[in-house]
Amino acid sequence: MIRVILPYHLRTLAGTKAEVSLEVAAPATMRLVLDTLEAVYPVLRGTIRDQDTLQRRPFLRYFACEEDWTFEPEDRPLPEAVLAGQEPVTILGAIAGG
Amino acid sequence: MSSVRVLAGTRKGAFILASDGKRKEWKVNGPLFAGWEIYHLKGSPLDSNRLYASQSSGWFGQIIQRSDDGGTTWTPVGNKFTYAGVPGTHQWYDGTPHPWEFKRVWHLEPSLDEINTVYAGIEDAALFKSSDGGNSWAELAGLREHRTGSQWQPGAGGMCLHTILLDPSNTQRMYIAISAAGSFRSDDGGKNWKPINKGLVSDMMPDPTAEVGHCIHHVAMHRARPDVLFMQKHWDVMRSDDAGENWREVSGNLPSDFGFVIDVHAHEPETVYVVPIKSDSEHFPPEGKLRVYRSRTGGNEWEALYKGLPQTDCYVNVLRDAMGVDTLDQCGIYFGTTGGQVYASPDAGDTWAPIVRDLPAVLSIEVQTLP
Repeated sequence: MIRVILPYHLRTLAGTKAEVSLEVAAPATMRLVLDTLEAVYPVLRGTIRDQDTLQRRPFLRYFACEEDWTFEPEDRPLPEAVLAGQEPVTILGAIAGG
Repeated sequence: MSSVRVLAGTRKGAFILASDGKRKEWKVNGPLFAGWEIYHLKGSPLDSNRLYASQSSGWFGQIIQRSDDGGTTWTPVGNKFTYAGVPGTHQWYDGTPHPWEFKRVWHLEPSLDEINTVYAGIEDAALFKSSDGGNSWAELAGLREHRTGSQWQPGAGGMCLHTILLDPSNTQRMYIAISAAGSFRSDDGGKNWKPINKGLVSDMMPDPTAEVGHCIHHVAMHRARPDVLFMQKHWDVMRSDDAGENWREVSGNLPSDFGFVIDVHAHEPETVYVVPIKSDSEHFPPEGKLRVYRSRTGGNEWEALYKGLPQTDCYVNVLRDAMGVDTLDQCGIYFGTTGGQVYASPDAGDTWAPIVRDLPAVLSIEVQTLP
């Protein structure tokens, strides 16, 4: 299982706790994690990535194992610790605005 | 006994304010969708329990919510707004070409005759239609693809389609307004559109009487006389008696003809309300006095309504979609401010009292009169 931590507003929108666990087909990549997340929680479609282009929304970033994965190729396999469920993938909103 | 429901969209959530027909005691329900910008909520004229809400965020984009029980529970519905075809460009602030980009839904307008049909006015300006209760959306592309579309420019608040008026006497006729492109009319259900801006004069434009480019802030109609339109332009309050073919100024004795909101009394088609704002540089009431102005003559002659409204040190704004009326025998008038107050007048504007004083900045007000 892959653990994913969602920002507050996406938790409330999806009606989940801060962390969700997803069954992601191997080899797990950021693209597959996001695809699975949107399949399990369809209300999140368009909130993290554009629905047409699948481009990341500009005020969001992705982290795993304390590393910034935002600009990594989306098909790069995630770290072993994430695959093992020891570390989560974190989707983080920019701290900006009012 | 009839009752009233006021739907308030704010910068940080939605609020539903409910009262009986006396409109003295109010129950406040909210915030709904806390922390999100709610540009607009509106109920269906066919079923008062069917509500739609535009929920958006700079971080997380656009959500559309639907309620089928008067706002007690909500369900997210479709949020995919994809322009038809290859959208091309409009003009940016500096006149250079700029690609059309979806940003948010400014206004939701449920159909007058089909319960599952609802229209959405979006930024960058386009009109979308859903025929399945908001689950899916398709652009009525004839508007954006109008021959003038590539010339449209954003106003200071963005290039938003903020007004949608449906003609109760003609299912094929509808009006929209875009800041800062102008007003348009369709006579074939939204397939084809015609600019209806003749008579508007906007001195800040290179050609003040151009066919398009006018910064229209809001347009209002009385259901009994759908060919008569009232407009609050950036500057100037305007009136048309021929479905927008021609406009004439009716600013008359207003202390400022700049403003955002405009609305019409529910039972008196010649009684119109505006809230004058000092200028486009100073978005607050003249002299720090919050005053609604009422004309009982369809414009030109205006009286100040201020009993119960702050008359010292008031520097709030009233945004374009933030006024509404109920349809009780004694027509109630409502408006919300950027300071978070929602004011109600149960006597057509003669006296006012706040329903709430400390909401987030109010973006929109819609009113439902319930049997």
